[in-house]
Amino acid sequence: MRIVVAMRQLADLVEELEVNDEGTDIDREFVKFVSNEWDEAALEEALTLKDELGATVTVVALDEPDVDQTLYAALAKGADRVVKLTGNDPDTWVRSRERAQRLASFLAGESFDLLLTGVQAADDLDGQLAGILGSLLEVPHAAVVVGVEGSDSKVRVIQEMGGGLLGVSELDLPAVLGIQAAKQTPRYAPISRIRQAMQTGEISEHEVELSDASAQVKVRRLYPPESTGAGATMLKGSPKEVAAEIIEIIKSKGLV
Amino acid sequence: MPVGGNKQAAGVTELAEAIVTSPLSGREWDVSGGSSRMLHSRVLTDYSASGFAKIAALEGGNSLEYCFGCGKCVPVCPVDLVSEYGPRKIHRAVQTGLDLFKSDELWKCTTCGNCLRVCPKEVNMIEVMPAVREVAMVEGTIPDELQQIMEKTFRYGNALGENPRRRPAWTKGAGVDVRVLASDPSPVDVLFYVEDYWSFHPRGQQAAQAFARIMTSLNVDFAILGAEEKTLGDSQRLAGEKGLFEALMEEVIDVLAKYQFNRIVTPDPHGFNALKKVYPKYGHTFEALHYSQLLAPLLEQIDFQGSLEATVTFHDPCYLGRHNGEYEAPRKIIEAIPGVKLLEMGRCRENSYCCGGGGGGMWLDGFNANHLSERLSERRVREAAATGADILAVACPYEVSRFEDAAKSTGNEGLRVMDIAEMVDIAMRGEDWRS
Ligand code: SF4
Ligand code: SF4
Repeated sequence: MRIVVAMRQLADLVEELEVNDEGTDIDREFVKFVSNEWDEAALEEALTLKDELGATVTVVALDEPDVDQTLYAALAKGADRVVKLTGNDPDTWVRSRERAQRLASFLAGESFDLLLTGVQAADDLDGQLAGILGSLLEVPHAAVVVGVEGSDSKVRVIQEMGGGLLGVSELDLPAVLGIQAAKQTPRYAPISRIRQAMQTGEISEHEVELSDASAQVKVRRLYPPESTGAGATMLKGSPKEVAAEIIEIIKSKGLV
Repeated sequence: MPVGGNKQAAGVTELAEAIVTSPLSGREWDVSGGSSRMLHSRVLTDYSASGFAKIAALEGGNSLEYCFGCGKCVPVCPVDLVSEYGPRKIHRAVQTGLDLFKSDELWKCTTCGNCLRVCPKEVNMIEVMPAVREVAMVEGTIPDELQQIMEKTFRYGNALGENPRRRPAWTKGAGVDVRVLASDPSPVDVLFYVEDYWSFHPRGQQAAQAFARIMTSLNVDFAILGAEEKTLGDSQRLAGEKGLFEALMEEVIDVLAKYQFNRIVTPDPHGFNALKKVYPKYGHTFEALHYSQLLAPLLEQIDFQGSLEATVTFHDPCYLGRHNGEYEAPRKIIEAIPGVKLLEMGRCRENSYCCGGGGGGMWLDGFNANHLSERLSERRVREAAATGADILAVACPYEVSRFEDAAKSTGNEGLRVMDIAEMVDIAMRGEDWRS
């Protein structure tokens, strides 16, 4: 089985994000970038399938800040090949549609059975990437996947449904899956292995030219939600006083 | 007669005729039919040495099999007091088939070093455990809690996963100027290596502020690296991440090379241990001091405005005391503070109990909760409370939070936990520690 995992870099949320002067993006200058945690789950699921069935795992990502670290870590964890797609401006926000087009342009020249990516990301909470990829590549798509069982021509996917239910479906290959969780927590890549990958591993680069840049979403305004004034009450005083007040509030609401 | 009245017949392997030959003189004795003979040794099939082969093959792993079972290490092992542990028990378990690489036992050792202190065979768990852990990590066995810490340390340069740019944030509340080398790179006498818990933990920050005030009042020329500082990562190394330690070391060395300083002073015995014992092995030699060693000789110069009026007991950090032989400096400081009476705990100095934070234990509280009858810090706090002291004094940034939590969970809220720098600072400024 040939598995491709698409990963993306995001602003690290330990930082306090600020909006840039134009009000169209976060201020990227001092922000640290890390890989999307759902993409990490997608990678783990791919590596688990590789352990179980034997598979080749290719990881592909756009040229974004600190992406090399993510790709080397993927090699250290057991990916067979890592590819960086160049051609985008690494310092601007790539929206889901453009991201999907860039990935699809690369995948058009790849043969693959499964394409896994995170079901969502901090800048794609509505989880569009996997769906758009499915439509661009004209292959079946499933989202919110929490387990994948594969064979040569089909996969069974377990999906989270509402009301605490799980659904099992079968998809013909090739297919695109938006991964919500892997069967196990993402494995650890010891730093010595990552460093080894940095010395001996290779990131192949692949330039992507987008023909139709005009059809992209244009961000008009990015802003933190305005406070409505009716928000939280800040309790003041020593920890003891605050704790006593909290207990009073809980009591008065009839919660205990 | 044994209890129950049954006697076990001696099960010797007897030969019908037996001749014993002296290897020295060649003289022969006919011992056929004699009593008290066991002419073949019994073949024991319940253990083998094979479990040790994989461990002994590792650098630092060979001493585990030296154990001859004398048992001296078990009563001094802090983990054995709240569980079943110690090198002898680990040795025996491996002998009888335990795969240490996959076992939870691997993560319980705090590398406190008390077993090595008494072991006649120099079975060295401080080398054995990290070596085995390193392989276990590569093979995919690492407790989740610890994995997160390693990832945070690699990503942010600190174990708390805090934004590295906030490292110097504590200086704002110090009330004195703290020079950051990046903005003023002129040569300095003391490079104050603040380390993680004094940089980011709220209680640690208070101690860092106290220490900065003390150094200022003593006219010590000091500066910090601020956002350029990264943890020295000694506990990560002992928890098995040598690769992470080495990666951090390369970055630390690059940053240190930019500045001129005479000595490095750190409050963290773990960082101190790295600078003193591990960095030189890689060819990096610095004059490194624990902050207690910087302060102890300068105390006469402090003009104390007040008196503490407290009884104090002191917890020796494993990596200051046992690992680096410094027992006096913190005691000198405590005794120099006006109005302090020092009460020693039963386990102190060389035989000090371990707070449970070393060797990765700091980050394994959840994991250990399934294995230990109580936390090591809880046991230690009960010992401290039993002395009747008002204050448990500490000299390691891990300990204030560990012991404060333990004081609460064991019902010893009356016991105050304070860093020795905080105590000096309070007496120096004439404040009341009770307020
Ligand atoms: S003290 Fe040393 S030789 Fe004795 S039982 Fe412990 S490890 Fe073995
Ligand atoms: S180093 Fe400390 S915790 Fe580890 S086995 Fe020895 S005495 Fe026990």
